[in-house]
Amino acid sequence: MEETAAADKFDPIHQFGIIPIFDLGTIGGVHIAFTNSALFMAIAVILISSLLIVGTSSRALVPGRIQSLAEISYEFVANMLRESAGKEGMRFFPFVFSLFMFVLFLNVLGLFPYFFTVTSHIVITATLAIAVILTVIIYGFYRNGLKFLGLFVPQGVPGFLTPLVVLIEVLSFLSRPLSLSVRLFANMLAGHITLKVFASFILMLSAYGFVGWIGAILPFGMTVALTALEVLVAFLQAYVFAILTSMYLNDAIHPSH
Amino acid sequence: MEADAAKLIGAGIACIGMGGAGVGVGTLFGHYLAGAIRNPAAADGQFPRLIFGFAVTEALGIFSLLIALLLLYAV
Repeated sequence: MEETAAADKFDPIHQFGIIPIFDLGTIGGVHIAFTNSALFMAIAVILISSLLIVGTSSRALVPGRIQSLAEISYEFVANMLRESAGKEGMRFFPFVFSLFMFVLFLNVLGLFPYFFTVTSHIVITATLAIAVILTVIIYGFYRNGLKFLGLFVPQGVPGFLTPLVVLIEVLSFLSRPLSLSVRLFANMLAGHITLKVFASFILMLSAYGFVGWIGAILPFGMTVALTALEVLVAFLQAYVFAILTSMYLNDAIHPSH
Repeated sequence: MEADAAKLIGAGIACIGMGGAGVGVGTLFGHYLAGAIRNPAAADGQFPRLIFGFAVTEALGIFSLLIALLLLYAV
């Protein structure tokens, strides 16, 4: 029984709990509250806005530190979108830039100890992914009409294979919102669980006195290394989310392969 | 067999799927590196494609991890 008590104490899932901060009453029988998730989303939006507003307010010819940070992030997303979706894709720049900065800031904020990782919840990532896919579908039909369905018929396929290829293309299109949301969510979830599991090894070992403290150096080093890896993953997943969004938008703009 | 034990074994079996994703991601980066050493000038231009391939390959491994996590914590 003592073992289960210890396991509860070091529960790696505990960090993902959603805690209401203050109640906003009920709307249509649904309980609405301002949670820690909403708090961290608000913090991320405030940080992004202040970075970009402060960064672009001076408009110096030789940029300072904050201005070059704002310019680098702008250039980075703009180049990525221009390369994958072409010049016409640039009309979606505000959308893709907001998505990239939002996901990046949420991922990085979640790495601080005791901070909540908003992107480790499937609700958030699925909402973002559905917004992306709906934009692709609606804009695809709006711009191309029924020719948008040509997306599912690759050129140069022998006639008898066409039904099979169309089926595969439709399935791969349908799995896009699933994979887009699950990739971000599962990466953040798995990374943070691994971090906490190794961190709990330090506590468990240090319970054995001096010998345990020496042994605890190993999981401590592992935790430091994993934190470094998680910084990379946080950036990489934001980049992957943004680049997949621009590639899907490219499909809406140029549906024929 | 107890249901809890079967759950844990199932989660372990689900993790085998991640090995396939590991092979895929390794192949991807290995071939990218081989190509990049042959022609370093063209390497940067192909980086977005590398990341795209990585994302699509990794998704399959993530799916099996998700099944394992669901078995451990949700079922």
